[in-house]
Amino acid sequence: MTAAPLLEVSHLRVEFPTRRGTLLALDDISFSIASGEILGVVGESGAGKSLTGAAIIGLLDPPGRIAAGEIKLTGRRIDNLPYEQMRRIRGKEIGAVFQDPLTSLNPLYTVGRQLIETITTHLDLSATQARVRAIELLASTGIPAPEARVDHFPHQFSGGMRQRVVIALALAANPRLIVADEPTTALDVSIQAQIIALLKKVCREQGAAVMLVTHDMGVIAETCDRVAVMYAGRIAEIGPVADVIHRPAHPYTVGLMGSIPAMDEDRERLLQIDGAMPRLTAIPPGCAFNPRCPHAVDRCRAERPEIAEVGATHAACWQPVAVEALR
Amino acid sequence: MSTHLVEVQDLAKIFDVSPPWLNRVVERKPKAFVHAVDGVSFGIERGRTLALVGESGCGKSTVARLLVGLYGATRGAVRFDGEDIAKTLGGSGAQKLRRRMQMIFQDPYASLNPRWKVLDIVAEPLREHGLVKDAAEARRRVAELLSSVGLNPADAEKFPHQFSGGQRQRISIARALATQPEFLVCDEPTSALDVSVQAQVLNIMKDLQRERGLTYLFISHNLAVVRHVADQVGVMYLGRLVEVADKAKLFSTPRHPYTRMLLDAIPDIHMTGRARTPVQGEVPNPLNPPSGCSFHPRCPLANARCKAERPALLEFKGVRVACHAVEEGRAA
Repeated sequence: MTAAPLLEVSHLRVEFPTRRGTLLALDDISFSIASGEILGVVGESGAGKSLTGAAIIGLLDPPGRIAAGEIKLTGRRIDNLPYEQMRRIRGKEIGAVFQDPLTSLNPLYTVGRQLIETITTHLDLSATQARVRAIELLASTGIPAPEARVDHFPHQFSGGMRQRVVIALALAANPRLIVADEPTTALDVSIQAQIIALLKKVCREQGAAVMLVTHDMGVIAETCDRVAVMYAGRIAEIGPVADVIHRPAHPYTVGLMGSIPAMDEDRERLLQIDGAMPRLTAIPPGCAFNPRCPHAVDRCRAERPEIAEVGATHAACWQPVAVEALR
Repeated sequence: MSTHLVEVQDLAKIFDVSPPWLNRVVERKPKAFVHAVDGVSFGIERGRTLALVGESGCGKSTVARLLVGLYGATRGAVRFDGEDIAKTLGGSGAQKLRRRMQMIFQDPYASLNPRWKVLDIVAEPLREHGLVKDAAEARRRVAELLSSVGLNPADAEKFPHQFSGGQRQRISIARALATQPEFLVCDEPTSALDVSVQAQVLNIMKDLQRERGLTYLFISHNLAVVRHVADQVGVMYLGRLVEVADKAKLFSTPRHPYTRMLLDAIPDIHMTGRARTPVQGEVPNPLNPPSGCSFHPRCPLANARCKAERPALLEFKGVRVACHAVEEGRAA
């Protein structure tokens, strides 16, 4: 992590103007990813994790817009680029993998045609060379008989195989950053394990950085180097994955970890966080987590905590949970 | 065996997925059948939880629907408290039997009528079974039911869209509890929920089981959740049970190669950076299942016998396993 960050997001703020006022969907998000690093972004539905990914690849759905902050890729700002320039970066320098492999592929084109289109758009290769590369890509993502499969249509692939095709597409132009939004959520566990192994392999072999958005802490624990925990459009805690899981500092992270049924211990009851995440229209003042927090004090209800170093991780909390309190 | 509230014997459900008659004639396509559930037998003791796990398409939800009579079985029988449910549901005792078993569905957004108030949703089974005399009594019972699942009695006047996913699932549980059933079939009750909300719902389900002595059939694809709620676990693969064991035994010493694969495939938060060799291959097409043991194309222990002969579910050191390798002692 001593290398200069490949992706740097600072004070990112995403708003959705609506008739009833402006919704603050992402509020002061800052993090960075180094080359070859896998950063996990975890949180419950509506926490803003997919939106963070969409903002980075420049695919925010209108009326959503970046209201403040910067996104830098290899030192260059990419959040304010015109559409055409961003289109060249997307695919070439940033690859994207989405949750549903069926909707991210065009059902009317063979996978080969879709791969070749991406390759010739971003790389200076002839159609024949591009086809060779397409077959190589399919082979590198573990698709058996790639020479034959390249001429098949998406519906002829199973879910896991389709997700491999989508990963091959994302890798087509050797991107430096891959944004993977819930890449394994639609898949069965045995297939999920294969896709995770594949993502780790390409990250290691190509030195690409990966931003892995998921709600599954197990996937994060197995795959990532660092993890950011999001809550109500803010980062609650960010740090090395082992520290966040075993020595979390933010009460929300503690609750989140406790609510996951463990495979290696028996508990009569799961730790539960009462209530639900606030809607974006009704984020409480101060710390967004304060109504559900067992440790909340007056300051939490009035003042918003900045993210600061707590032990081995960084957490946005006025009352970071002491390690002893967890045991 | 008499302690079993629910007993399932050689249960099978075959779906006809043939193309329409004209296509069969013109294109000379054969009739096609999916053996969604293919000879499943198990029992659930009163007050206990049996969980069925497996990947999509293994037939676990079909078993759930067969158990409450939403599908008719092609073969085999479900006995509830000693009575064959197929007979009872066709006869005069149907109403009485339905009162004793209820179901909780996976999607809390689809299983509640969006045009009905929570009061009407939860009171429907009460009215249907004639358990309340008038509107005032219904209102009182609904308030009790809502508070038993941790909701505010005043929520009865709201509509489903005013609730979050976890709260909706509680409404489904309240509705299922309305007739004071003994047996609840829960088909993936928490898989549409976020983890912190899942914990709330699982805790409520465990509390209710303890208070009311409920018997659960719990369907899930999440082994960690199953480990938390179940007493016994059945692992399904392509319509068949491959292993049935007590929870502790299944998780400490899994016998069937498929169970081992499933357990190995789960990412676990306590195993950071674990290096794994994921099992290759995918679930075969149920329209055209492999011969013999349906797991043999993916199984590291498969031999000629596995390809030819279908293994039976046999008792082996206190667990029931359908595997030639385990039977012959080839599985270490």
